[in-house]
Amino acid sequence: MNTPPHPATPSTAATGATAPAPAANPHTAAHAHRDHRLPPPLFNARCQACWFVAALLVLVVVSFWSLDLQWAQFLSLSALGKMARFVGELMSPSTEPAFLHKLGWATLETLAMSALGTLLAVVGGLALALPASKTHADDPARWHTATRVLLNALRSIPELVWATLLLIAAGLGPFAGTLALGLHTTGVLGRLFAESLENAPPGPGFALRARGMGEVRVFCYALLPQVLPQLLSYSLYRWENNIRAAAVLGVVGAGGLGQMLTFHMGLFQMAETSSVLVAMMALVALVDALSYLSRRALMA
Amino acid sequence: MSPPHASPPAHAAQQVRLARAAQRDPAWLGRVFWLMAGVALLWPLLVLTEFRPWLLLEPDSLRPTLRFLGDFVPPKLEPAFLAMVAQQTWRTVAMATAGIALALVLAVPLALVSVRVLSISALGGRMAVLPAVLRQTVRWVLMVLRSVPELIWALVFVRVVGLGPTAGVLAIALTYGGMLGKVYADILESGEPHTTHSLLRNGSGRLQAFFYGLLLQNAAELTSYTVYRWECAIRSSAVLGFVGAGGLGQEMDSAMKMFNGSEVATMLLVFMALVALADRASALLRKALA
Repeated sequence: MNTPPHPATPSTAATGATAPAPAANPHTAAHAHRDHRLPPPLFNARCQACWFVAALLVLVVVSFWSLDLQWAQFLSLSALGKMARFVGELMSPSTEPAFLHKLGWATLETLAMSALGTLLAVVGGLALALPASKTHADDPARWHTATRVLLNALRSIPELVWATLLLIAAGLGPFAGTLALGLHTTGVLGRLFAESLENAPPGPGFALRARGMGEVRVFCYALLPQVLPQLLSYSLYRWENNIRAAAVLGVVGAGGLGQMLTFHMGLFQMAETSSVLVAMMALVALVDALSYLSRRALMA
Repeated sequence: MSPPHASPPAHAAQQVRLARAAQRDPAWLGRVFWLMAGVALLWPLLVLTEFRPWLLLEPDSLRPTLRFLGDFVPPKLEPAFLAMVAQQTWRTVAMATAGIALALVLAVPLALVSVRVLSISALGGRMAVLPAVLRQTVRWVLMVLRSVPELIWALVFVRVVGLGPTAGVLAIALTYGGMLGKVYADILESGEPHTTHSLLRNGSGRLQAFFYGLLLQNAAELTSYTVYRWECAIRSSAVLGFVGAGGLGQEMDSAMKMFNGSEVATMLLVFMALVALADRASALLRKALA
């Protein structure tokens, strides 16, 4: 035996119990020892935690040190005064009827952007999820890797970056924002859809395939009905996220409330800016409340 | 002939009709109705979002797009540029880390104040009025912090402190402080309160009850959620650069404004690698903690 038995383990008793002739058969003895080894000493676990915490602390300290943050400037009297004045100006939102009318349309535009973007993403995501999933054992799944890479690329670029890229092609306005939401969400939904397609029970599909049905019919009559509730709930969840995203997307010029915000803020029209901010927060709060209530209703 | 017994040709015709009816989709009426309803709903959406895809194919917009995309290959790989990109990437990570650290400073005390399990007066049934009001107020503060997107905070702070990472760090700290505080409170309240309550009943202080009861039960979940949020913060700190908070986003924004496709391509690739790396690191850490 290479490893001597640990003094604390009842090694002889244990090997005696499992192997009839411990001295004659060293392999059996070693095997038995593996079962009766002590857990790693507590000191090691604590040491690892210590290293982890130390590494985190170093990361945080280096981050603060390398960023040359201007706390002095931020906490100086002039900056605090500016901040106070800014907040004071925000306290009186504009309530002109004409402006409120425009604000209402911008809110509707934001909602429309999020809805259409999500719809495009559902179609695109499903179209990409089919080649990206391997639904049964004989599925060749030739495009599996390529579509997965594409979905990852779509997903890892945020909506806002997509929007700035699309401004070149689609120009300023809600169209660029809608496409941006659609592209990013396609990546997210495509991956989720592919996972739920792969996790669907294979029985019904197998039964249809055994009777010589084509792939399209198998998808329509076996796969889709099984996963449809899950696909719907993913889509609704992403729509909720997209409403929030659409509200700020306009900051780079892609339509909706965000575009109004940067416009009025750029012109230092604080009353209007304040109204837009209030509308934005109300929209987000409303979506939060609705999703919370519907979730609770579904749970009950 | 009696009327019920149809003549042979009529009988055949009826059979054909029946066969056709069997082939027809029995739910066609409903399907057509929902299709029309969907189109009627979709129409205002298309109008509101100015959805005109054919504009993408007009030569006026197609030519610059193609030129821009053509510049993507090859990505710019000059050493000086790569060094700059590496520095900005680090700034993005550092902004996220510093922001999360400040968010913790904000979230931990607020979460501790708002947790109901640590209320001493609630031990005897109803919580006293003053603590109840205080807890609800703190919950509302957390909700307001969380409901303003970090991009809006960043826009506001850029206006006050000027361009640079300070605005980004503050924006992340406030929004993520609200998120972390709320979720911490939820996690702490979701577990079995027995240990904490018996500590409190036997005369320990709230902080003692937290450290020896609540924290031990929930440490892994709290850490795992924090790591997940750190990953999210890296993504959003890159986006904050677009409103002038420094880091990779700001460089990307200026490269896009100059139509410099090769620089944009490099930075997009670096950004995707960064997101994938953060994703991997966070998954690994959370698995180790679970």
